[in-house]
Amino acid sequence: MTQLWLIFGYLGLLLVLGFLASRLSRGTSSDYLLASHSIGPVLLLLSLFGTTMTAFALVGSTGEAFTRGVGVYGMLASSSGIVHSLCFFVLGVKLWQFGHTYGYRTQIQFFRARLDSDKLGLVMFPVLVGLVIPYLLIGVISAGLFINVVTQTSHVDGARQQTFEEGTFPAFFEQGELKETGERDGFAGQTGSRGGLPRDLASLLVCGVVLIYVFFGGMRGTAWANAFQTSLFMILGVVMFVLLANKFGGGEGLIESLQNLGSSIPDAKKTRDGMSQSKFLTYMLIPLSVGMFPHLFQHWLTAKSASSFKLSVVLHPIFIMIVWAPCVLLGVWAAGALVNVPPPVAAAPNRVLAFMVNQTESDLLSGMLTAGVLAAIMSSLDSQFLCLGTMFTTDILVHYGGKDRFSDRQVMWIARGFIVAIVAITYFFSLYNPPGVFTLGVWCFSGFSSLFPLALAALYWRGLTKYGAYASVLTAIGMWFYLFHQSGYAADENYGIPVAIFGTVYEVMPVLPMILASSLALVVVSLVTPKPSPATLAKFFPAKG
Amino acid sequence: MRATVWFLVALLIVLHQDVWFWNSTTMVFGILPIGLLWHMGISVAAGVVWWLATKHCWPAELEGEGRS
Repeated sequence: MTQLWLIFGYLGLLLVLGFLASRLSRGTSSDYLLASHSIGPVLLLLSLFGTTMTAFALVGSTGEAFTRGVGVYGMLASSSGIVHSLCFFVLGVKLWQFGHTYGYRTQIQFFRARLDSDKLGLVMFPVLVGLVIPYLLIGVISAGLFINVVTQTSHVDGARQQTFEEGTFPAFFEQGELKETGERDGFAGQTGSRGGLPRDLASLLVCGVVLIYVFFGGMRGTAWANAFQTSLFMILGVVMFVLLANKFGGGEGLIESLQNLGSSIPDAKKTRDGMSQSKFLTYMLIPLSVGMFPHLFQHWLTAKSASSFKLSVVLHPIFIMIVWAPCVLLGVWAAGALVNVPPPVAAAPNRVLAFMVNQTESDLLSGMLTAGVLAAIMSSLDSQFLCLGTMFTTDILVHYGGKDRFSDRQVMWIARGFIVAIVAITYFFSLYNPPGVFTLGVWCFSGFSSLFPLALAALYWRGLTKYGAYASVLTAIGMWFYLFHQSGYAADENYGIPVAIFGTVYEVMPVLPMILASSLALVVVSLVTPKPSPATLAKFFPAKG
Repeated sequence: MRATVWFLVALLIVLHQDVWFWNSTTMVFGILPIGLLWHMGISVAAGVVWWLATKHCWPAELEGEGRS
């Protein structure tokens, strides 16, 4: 039960942070949604980093490294270090400037103003919301799954036992999914609770905690919680790495253990053997997605000053390394003889990290790991919930209902109402545990990346027109659906697109043609359609000096 | 300096595609596969290059802009 108490204690701390943040609230919608633009460099760094890191950074990275070797770090981590900071620097700072000057709260407000087009918002809104929802589902489902797995067994007087007996919870929580025969999988079945806190109940708990601190604390509560959670998952990640190295390495000291584990790594996992070089190269385009994440845009707007971004731009790649490098090493160690992962775990690589922690037979370590994983998940979930609430309130209700129709206080309460509704809808969908949702995550990132050319052009190209923007968004989403269909709706996890150059065929990630097509549509259509008014261009491209 | 910084960003992207370590099984100090160490180096180098960018390419008109 120790791990369960640690999880409860951690969730309780988050609630306290939410309440403390609400006590500092200025009672305005600007404070609730943007923390009154008061976030300094350190808090901005921690909240941006926490928002971009998901459960995949801890659990997925270990599983992927177990399967594909150390190349996973280059594919996902060092590339993100370069590209994320590029987006913060090239897009974030300028968007902050416009948001700060003209009072924007959402991306859509910016694009509507920049392109003199009200209806563009109606096209962008479903695209952005549609791409965020699977991302939310991944967080809710993986949080529930992880809590369930680590609480399945407890250690009492050195003996292993189930944490919860069958019948502790209502049957629909602990008996697993319905099979084709109409019967449930059963308590001990693959989808049963197996003595742990049932997955759906754990997901509900996580949703409830995030909802409470976002509801009361708003953006300030979210930024504080993210900072706390980011610090926590970074520290716990390193602590866990050292403890597991000592446990599995079996050396006299840490260095000897690390060397023992190093020599146990199979040669294939030390290399990128079997990894396509062209796919590796084009994978670098996927982190461009951060340039169009609506929740990140909202975080950018919270900055106190443009200079607040500097720390994030510089330290983001280093923070990624601190989190990812230990997890990738754990993954390749697990592929060696010293860890000895059994076949059922090897068949589900996302369980490798939980398996390694369980091997330590320490409930304390299990609880710490779970707190770290939940921190990574929840620091993204909170921003996404708050952002969708802000978008529904600002871009739809207030935009079409009329600015003067609602008082500032009413706007704040409407946003809260939308947040409750979004959390409830997300939880409801998570109960169906949609298949392929994890693979869908990479597709969602690719969708956001294909909108990156629009963000870049809006800030740096006077020639961009609203028709060019329509063409870019519609081409991006059209290509997305076409390629998604071609991949068997994410059924083919290794889907790539063959491109022949001088007789040699290279396989590239789907994100490359998506970005090329949306860029081409943007440029060609903008060149032949009327530009925004001179007043609009003067507003966004002021004469220097 | 501005051009140098953007050249370094482009160089990072080129160095990221390290075909020279693609199939190397060399271990550094018996602990780290060289391919992983190289990319950890890329992460550190990215931090340094972005620090240079904030020093030399930061928009002058934004220096000090914000809420007081």
